[in-house]
Amino acid sequence: MDELIQYGPELFSGFLKNLLLSVLIGFFSLVVGTILAAMRVSPTPVLRAAGATYVNVLRNTPLTLVLAFCYLGLSDTLGLIFSTEVPLTNSFWLAVLGMSAYTSAFVCEALRSGVNTVPMGQAEAARAIGLTFFQSVRLIIFPQAFRAVIAPLGSVLIAMIKNTTVVAAAGYTVDVAAVMRETFDTTGVSIPIFIGIVLAFLVVVLPIGWYTGWLSRRLAVAR
Amino acid sequence: MQIRRTGAVFAMAAMAAGLAACGGGDSYANTLEKVKGAKEITVGTKWDQPSIGLKKGTADPEGFDVDVAKYVVKELAGGQDVKITWKEAPSSNREALLQNGTVDIIFATYSITEARKPKVTFGGPYIIAHQDTMVRADATGISKATDLKDKRICQAQGSNSYKRITDPPPDGKLGLPAKLVGASNYSECVQKLSGGNLDAVTTDNLILAGFSAQEPGKYKLLNDPFTDEKYGVGLKKGDKATCEAVNTAIAKMWQDGTAKQLLEKWYGKTGMEFPTSAPPAEGCA
Repeated sequence: MDELIQYGPELFSGFLKNLLLSVLIGFFSLVVGTILAAMRVSPTPVLRAAGATYVNVLRNTPLTLVLAFCYLGLSDTLGLIFSTEVPLTNSFWLAVLGMSAYTSAFVCEALRSGVNTVPMGQAEAARAIGLTFFQSVRLIIFPQAFRAVIAPLGSVLIAMIKNTTVVAAAGYTVDVAAVMRETFDTTGVSIPIFIGIVLAFLVVVLPIGWYTGWLSRRLAVAR
Repeated sequence: MQIRRTGAVFAMAAMAAGLAACGGGDSYANTLEKVKGAKEITVGTKWDQPSIGLKKGTADPEGFDVDVAKYVVKELAGGQDVKITWKEAPSSNREALLQNGTVDIIFATYSITEARKPKVTFGGPYIIAHQDTMVRADATGISKATDLKDKRICQAQGSNSYKRITDPPPDGKLGLPAKLVGASNYSECVQKLSGGNLDAVTTDNLILAGFSAQEPGKYKLLNDPFTDEKYGVGLKKGDKATCEAVNTAIAKMWQDGTAKQLLEKWYGKTGMEFPTSAPPAEGCA
C-alpha cells in the first residue's frame, strides 16, 4: 500500500496520458470508422472492396504489431515524423495514428451491423424521394444505425481505452503501464499498484458502460 | 449453481497442488544446506541480456552472470558438482521469485539498493557496474556523458536509467535536457541506435558492452561512468548463512583470478574498462 501511495502521483500522471490518448483515438476512430462504414455499404464496388480490405487487414492484425509498424516502420524507416524536437511527442501521435487505424476497423464493423438493422424500405424510400447516396446515408441510414449500435460502440470504446496500455510499442513509454513497469524495477511486483491501476480504469470505464447502455435504451428506434 | 461449485472445487485443488509444490522445496533450512544436502539448486538469471545471461533455444543460458553463478554454487557445495536448474528472473519479478521460493538464488544484474534491501538479502556485490553511454562507432560530438545535452537518448520500458541523465539528484544525477526516445527494451534501443534514430543508449556498462560484443566494432562505449551499480546475489530475506558463504566464494573468485578471466571471456573485445580487484563486500543483513 505504501508503494501505491509513494508512486501514486507518477502513476496518475501516466494514467492521464492514457485518458488523453483515449479521447483523441476515440474521436479519430469514430470519424474514420464512419467513413469506412459508408464505403462498405456504398454502391461502388471499388470503395466496398477498399473498405473491406482495410477492415480485414487491421482487424486481424495484433495491435502491438500495428503500433510497432507505425514506430519502427513508418517513422524510423519511412520517415513519418510528427515532431523532430520531442521524440516522445512523435511517439504520442504515432500511437494515436496506429490505434485510431486499428479501432476504426472495429467502429466500422459495429456501425455496419447497425446499418443492417435499418429496414430496406427506409433506403428505398430515401431513393424514391430523390436523395443521393450520401444524402440518404447521412440523413436516413446512419442516424438510425448509430442509435442501434450505441451499446456495441461503447464496448469498442472500452476496449480501446484499455488498449492504450500497450502504446509503449509505439515508443510512448510514459503511459500508466510503462510507469508501472518502471516502478516495478525498483519495488518489485506490487499487488497494490496493480489494484490501484485497475480501480483507476474501472472509474473511467464503468460509467461509459452504464451511460452507453442507458443511452441505447433511450434512443432505441421504435419499430 | 452446480457450475460454480465445480469451479470452487477446481480452485481448491489448484491451491492444494500449489501448496504441495511449495512444500517440496522447504525441507532444507536455507539455500546453503539445500546445495550441500540435495546437490541441486534453482538459479535465476536474465535470459535476454547478451554476455550477461542469454538463453538461446533450449540450451542453458550463458553469460557473465551465469558463469559467476556456476562458480559460486560450486563453492557453496564445497567444490562438488551441483545440478543447477535455470529459471528466468526478469527485473520486476526478482523479489517475488525469491519470496515464494521459485528460485533459490539470483544472479541477474541485481543492483543492491536501499529500496530492495528490506525485501532481499544481498550477497556480494560480485562486481560494480557503472552507468555508461554507448554510441555508434563513427559518432563524433559525444565523448563524455555531459555531451548528451539535447541529444536523443533511449528510454527503455521498465528501466529508469534515463533518469540519471535527465533528472537532477536525488532521483537522477546529471539533470541534462536530453530528448527521450521510447523503446520496448534495450535491444530495440540498440537497433534504433544502429539505424540512426537516436544518438546514444545509456545504462549499465556491462549491459551495453554485452550488446557491443554481439557486433564488434559497430558501437563504442564512452568509458565515462557516472554511477556505481553494485551487482549483488539475491537471496531469500534473512538467509544470512548462505549470504556469508556467497561472500566467501566471491572473495575467492577475485583472488584466484577467475573473475578477471570471466570478464576477459565476455567483455575482452569490447573496450570496456573493468575492475581488477574485488568490490568491497556489503555485509549480510
